[in-house]
Amino acid sequence: MVSDQDAASQHAHPGTGTYLAVAAVLTIITLVEVGVFYVPAFKAVLAPVLITLSATKFALVVMFYMHLKSDSKLFTLIFSLPLLLALGVAIALLFLYGAFVRG
Amino acid sequence: MAEHVAPAAGARSGIWSWITTTDHKRIGILYGVTAFVFFLIGGLEALLIRLQLASSQNDLVSAETFNQLFTMHGTTMVFLAVMPLSAAFFNYIVPLQIGARDVAFPRLNAFSYWVFLFGGLFLNASFIAGPILGADSLSVAPDAGWFGYANLTSRAYSPGFNVDFWVLGLQVLGIASLAAGFNFIVTIVNLRAPGMRLMRLPVFTWMTLVTQFLVVTAFPVITIGLVFLMFDRFFGTNFYQVSAGGDLLLWQHLFWLFGHPEVYILILPPMGIVSEVLPTFSRKPLFGYAVVVYSGLLIGVMGWGVWSHHMFSVGLGPIPDSVFAGTTMLIAIPTGVKIFNWLATMWGGQLRFTTAMLFALGFIAMFVIGGLSGVMHASPPADLQQTDTYFVVAHIHYVLFGGAIQGIFAGIYYWWPKMTGRLMNERLGKTHFWLGFVGMNLAFFPMHFIGLLGMPRRIYTYGPELGLDSLNLVSTIGALLIGVSILVFAANAWWSLRHGETAGNDPWGAPSLEWTISSPPPAYNFSVIPEVVSRLPRWSRTQMRAIPDVPPEPVHVPGGSFWPVIAALGIGVLATGALLHTLWVVLAGAAVLVVAIYAWAFEPFEV
Amino acid sequence: MTHAHVTSTGLDSRKLAFWTFIGSECLLFGSLISTYLVYKGRSVRGPTPHEILNIPVTSVSTFDLLMSSLAMVLALAAVARGDRVWARVWLAATAFLGLVFLGFQAYEFTSFVHEGLTITTNLFGSTFFTLTGFHGGHVAVGVVWLLTLLVRSFQGKLGPDKALNVEIAGLYWHFVDVVWIVIFTVVYLLQ
Repeated sequence: MVSDQDAASQHAHPGTGTYLAVAAVLTIITLVEVGVFYVPAFKAVLAPVLITLSATKFALVVMFYMHLKSDSKLFTLIFSLPLLLALGVAIALLFLYGAFVRG
Repeated sequence: MAEHVAPAAGARSGIWSWITTTDHKRIGILYGVTAFVFFLIGGLEALLIRLQLASSQNDLVSAETFNQLFTMHGTTMVFLAVMPLSAAFFNYIVPLQIGARDVAFPRLNAFSYWVFLFGGLFLNASFIAGPILGADSLSVAPDAGWFGYANLTSRAYSPGFNVDFWVLGLQVLGIASLAAGFNFIVTIVNLRAPGMRLMRLPVFTWMTLVTQFLVVTAFPVITIGLVFLMFDRFFGTNFYQVSAGGDLLLWQHLFWLFGHPEVYILILPPMGIVSEVLPTFSRKPLFGYAVVVYSGLLIGVMGWGVWSHHMFSVGLGPIPDSVFAGTTMLIAIPTGVKIFNWLATMWGGQLRFTTAMLFALGFIAMFVIGGLSGVMHASPPADLQQTDTYFVVAHIHYVLFGGAIQGIFAGIYYWWPKMTGRLMNERLGKTHFWLGFVGMNLAFFPMHFIGLLGMPRRIYTYGPELGLDSLNLVSTIGALLIGVSILVFAANAWWSLRHGETAGNDPWGAPSLEWTISSPPPAYNFSVIPEVVSRLPRWSRTQMRAIPDVPPEPVHVPGGSFWPVIAALGIGVLATGALLHTLWVVLAGAAVLVVAIYAWAFEPFEV
Repeated sequence: MTHAHVTSTGLDSRKLAFWTFIGSECLLFGSLISTYLVYKGRSVRGPTPHEILNIPVTSVSTFDLLMSSLAMVLALAAVARGDRVWARVWLAATAFLGLVFLGFQAYEFTSFVHEGLTITTNLFGSTFFTLTGFHGGHVAVGVVWLLTLLVRSFQGKLGPDKALNVEIAGLYWHFVDVVWIVIFTVVYLLQ
């Protein structure tokens, strides 16, 4: 199938250097995550810090390892719409279950 | 199964060629015929329900049987009739409308059909499986309502096989819907003929795309809800166990998170059909094509934000109630926009009142009534009066019978000549329409009053002191009229196949691509892939290049494959094993599935 | 095959289908994770998450799965440039790291059972085992898929023309990885 090769070679995948750099960043973030978890000083801001770190890891893998950064925007669209729906559903359910109500 | 040149018509015959077929047109016919049989079964269940309720203190069926009848009626009509009847048109019509020779994944398409068939058979086997499972006959069909509220479905309150059939059957059907969803999204995005830009797609194809987006996003949610229920029943988990801190409302949330998009999965395809039928028989392009498309997209997205309006009566609190009331009223806007576009399409057109057109008009009129009662219970205080009464039954039937089913019949009368090569009888068709139209209004309109006067839904009988005998009797007579109208349709179909007038390529003077080729189309659909130059190829001044009757060069069509049906069989065996709690049957089913998947993956098959 | 057709978008249909599938999976795991979250702290009896979750061990298995994603992209790069030896090395490494992850999970599950937490014990047990079990099931399918590709490579049937097959397997693998990134934070770190 000609189209297969076309599709595979259409977009330049990042090189090995990028892959290794991403892996290094992922490792560092994971170390920071676990570190933050054990440091009592972070207790108050634990949730926002951890969510930000994990969202960063998520984005790195999706953009570079799954090539969404360099691939067709249609793939990004077809992935992010359901992702946003899932996120919306989770937030709505947490709201309905009173997770954001203090006290 | 190597590819081969398309054989002459008639060469591909015999039962085996149907079992192994990957031709979207044949799969469409299989979907249509199977779904129609399930539609008849579901209709029979409805008639028994109505006969039981024809008078107070009636004892035609027992309370237990009644529970099974309304549960299976709802489940059958939603999952085994309306959805697959729409799927019949997705299969047959969408590739023709976009100028393709098949769907993107023909074998996956066959797989979807077979999984749907086995899922439907599995569910309906519950009616006769009683004696095999050591229970009475007619005692193990699902009986907890089509939305199976927890904890009625828990092992403690439903110890029998009834809910097991339901929870497993729906998971199997979900697989079929998901596989078809991926297939049709890719087909519509990727297999359009040159020049068939997105904003040239026929509205039916557009609505199919939106519907499939809803399928692939909504079905995972119900799958998880069902998995929790299955684990609770089979393995003793605590998801819906109040004593363990579980929340019964979790099921309602997961079910309606799926259930409301599902409403649009049921109604958007018929809306697409009506958007094809009205312009053809008004001899006018659809008014505000782009607005109709965007309204459909908007409905698809907003359909995700209204689910809790099914749960006003559980007491979510004033803020959630207000939010969901607001979103529910808002979603009426894009729906109303479509209604006005359809009306404006007819304005000043050369109207031809064919049977298909009558059904499309019936759709609009009845859907407006169903839509209005829908907006009524978008208001929580009104909903508290109406919920769980026959008022809601009236609403859902105006939307799903007056809407979805009439829309589907519009599609059947419209595309039947394309599918069979023969016209249906217009006189029988109009008899069908009017009998059904009068019948449905007799059956469902009184339900508004029956409900507001206080009759709850899902009760097997009622006392004479309620004073609802005559209204209920009228409703039952209406239901019988609908039954007669369906018989007229069946007679019409039979008559048409034998004596129907030859249709030719385009009996209606319709604008879209499927009417450029012969009826029924050859195996390869288009002898040459059309080059589309306008949104209404057959109506526009810039003529597209003609499509020759005989292909100028041999056309390759995919051969059949028997792996899809075997993979589907594996899933059926797996579900049966789970029902019987027999591990080796589960493993055998899984083994068949795995073998079929590998054989499928490595089978030489070119699209 | 001279009749191979170009698609309307120029994108490969299988890859497009697979991204659609991944979108669908977002809702599947979204429902599981949402359920875990709304049921958090509602168990009427223990063991509770902070009594039983082993952060050091899970941090190691998380790192292991992240590294398997690195091996996966290197495998794809090797297949795409026609480097058979390294393709096999990286495919095998990815599958191996996946198996190691499953080993960690098996260890975690059995130790929980020994400490008195099963899928039936309480809401935490039900939601935890179902969520992580679904994820583990996905990893297991991925390992089988990767081993299949490895066998195809040894059969000499995984040349650069089949890079797309590896890319799609990679998409699956990375998606399973990002789901774990979310689970690690939501279940293990945000107790």
